[in-house]
Amino acid sequence: MSVNMRFGPYGGRYVPETVIGALDELTEAYERYRDDPDFLSELGVLLGHYVGRPTPLYRARRLEDAWGIGSGLWFKREDLCHTGAHKINNALGQVLLARRMGKERIIAETGAGQHGVATATASALMGLGCRVYMGRTDMQRQRLNVIRMRMLGAEVHPVDSGSGTLKDATSEAIRDWVTNVDTTHYIIGSAVGPAPYPEIVADFQSVIGIESRAQMLEETGRLPGSVVACVGGGSNAIGIFRGFLDDADVALVGVEAGGEGPSGRHGASLALGRPGVLHGSYSYLLQDPDGQVAEAHSVSAGLDYPGVGPEHSHLRDIGRVTYVNATDEAALSAFLECSRLEGLIPALETAHALAHVRDGAAALRDGGPVLVCLSGRGDKDVDQAGAALGIDASA
Amino acid sequence: MPESGAARLERVFRDAGRPLFVPYVMGGYPDMEASRRHAQILAAHADIIELGIPFSDPLADGPTIQAAGQAALDGGTRPVDVLDIAGDLRDGPPVVVMTYFNTVIAQGARDFLAAAAAKGVAGIIIPDLPVDEAAEVREAARAVGVALIALAAPTTDDARMAEIGTSAEGFVYLVAVTGVTGGEMTMDDRLRALVDRARRHIPVPVVVGFGVRTPDQAAEIGGLADGVVIASEIIRRIGNAPDPGAADDAVDAFGAGVAAALRPYSG
Repeated sequence: MSVNMRFGPYGGRYVPETVIGALDELTEAYERYRDDPDFLSELGVLLGHYVGRPTPLYRARRLEDAWGIGSGLWFKREDLCHTGAHKINNALGQVLLARRMGKERIIAETGAGQHGVATATASALMGLGCRVYMGRTDMQRQRLNVIRMRMLGAEVHPVDSGSGTLKDATSEAIRDWVTNVDTTHYIIGSAVGPAPYPEIVADFQSVIGIESRAQMLEETGRLPGSVVACVGGGSNAIGIFRGFLDDADVALVGVEAGGEGPSGRHGASLALGRPGVLHGSYSYLLQDPDGQVAEAHSVSAGLDYPGVGPEHSHLRDIGRVTYVNATDEAALSAFLECSRLEGLIPALETAHALAHVRDGAAALRDGGPVLVCLSGRGDKDVDQAGAALGIDASA
Repeated sequence: MPESGAARLERVFRDAGRPLFVPYVMGGYPDMEASRRHAQILAAHADIIELGIPFSDPLADGPTIQAAGQAALDGGTRPVDVLDIAGDLRDGPPVVVMTYFNTVIAQGARDFLAAAAAKGVAGIIIPDLPVDEAAEVREAARAVGVALIALAAPTTDDARMAEIGTSAEGFVYLVAVTGVTGGEMTMDDRLRALVDRARRHIPVPVVVGFGVRTPDQAAEIGGLADGVVIASEIIRRIGNAPDPGAADDAVDAFGAGVAAALRPYSG
């Protein structure tokens, strides 16, 4: 089966000539292995016994009460995946591909550090060398994940250019790949980048949607009225949405980083950007009139990205998914409510999806049960969220 | 009808009868006026000027050009200002603009290319627009007499070299190293074989760049290829100069040195 290179007008391969051969090689490998029984069996065993899939579906009754969602609020518990987020689904799949392509070295970019940790983990498991590019700003705000990556044997390479965040780390990872393309596989962590990456990442993450659709039917006897997920590059969102794209009655809602609010800095590419090319694909992008890419802002490092995956751009344009945003402040308060009412400390990224569920509850509940992709847990965020919320460890 | 950019570029190669010197100027670095002067100074030594429009996320560039581009952007450089530099060079060597694809499409590729053509720009190099994505832009460029200059790399296989050759016009920019700009090339059998392979598959002149630092290296490239691009090294010399006058002198001396190194190939 051939791999999608475009989603409507979005996607493509806008990269230096040097890596085109490697993209062709990756495309061929993926076409060859995506339905290969040995590959799928190896990945399936790892997802079951190493990651802990299928992840449970959980009904958040205390938040239902607090937020007035009588129709039911369900969490797809990707926070229970090994390493603490959905990112491992893709990292393992790509590391298995890299090994079959004979690559000996893995590189990755990371924002919140979850993709970096997942890639470091998968690389350790497969005995491959691993270097992770991470913006200096993100290394400070996601310090715990930096330590985890180093413990796992990965080299964490600080990136000082630009704003020292995910965009800059991605650029630097691509430059490394351009230079070391013969020996190295680049594991992109979100559904972004040049084709075939957006399709590969979405495919490896679609396990979230496939499982949760079946689980909703089993638990509730019906499909959800709406499915809500946070969107930075958009990998957890596309993963869960893919399970429901053909179910026309299921509303799909992507929640971007509203940052400081309408008049301030933000990361809402789909709401407030316009199409352009960054990191190899044509998609919605925050940019100035000359096409210079703008610096995004979000309290969550994982949503602090001026671009978005090309499939999301297409789903926006055709109206299949509604994209909204939640501010830093709204996300932080939802983070705390979820922690206190459910005993679940969500990732700050995930908290954006929760904030929208809370603030948009009236509209959402009318459609039926609300399914949220609880994409990651918030252990990594305790320093930063604690500081923002005035919670510390002093006596 | 005026001569197309492609025709002008190809004529420069024909008339020179020796490998061409293609120095790079980053528009707006270290400031707009200085880059304008550097372009004028280099025009006296160069056969073609490569004029960079800074972009926020230059994926094909190493630290030197990244930093220069960021400095230019921090100084408020806009594409329209850089195109003015091309306008100043109308009576000099042909100008080829180098920028990334998002700069070209931000206000519409057609408008951008028309604005470049109006300033006399002969060609455009877009390092993140590989041949398979380029058809539409190539046509739009051709319509206004601007040549879309294709790139080839060490990782480009023979079939793809031939594909690049089929649509190439003006010249093809052959990347000497598997990597980004600003490294250091070494003249070895691998590079010789690469240039040879490119020339076999590509009917237009082949110009080599990435990692060329010295007049001697330029001369070595000149023995194989139709021209040589030098970029990061010029930026480095500007950056190292203690004052604007010294930067001008450094650019002049370096340009003269490379031109002299390529002259023995004449006739």
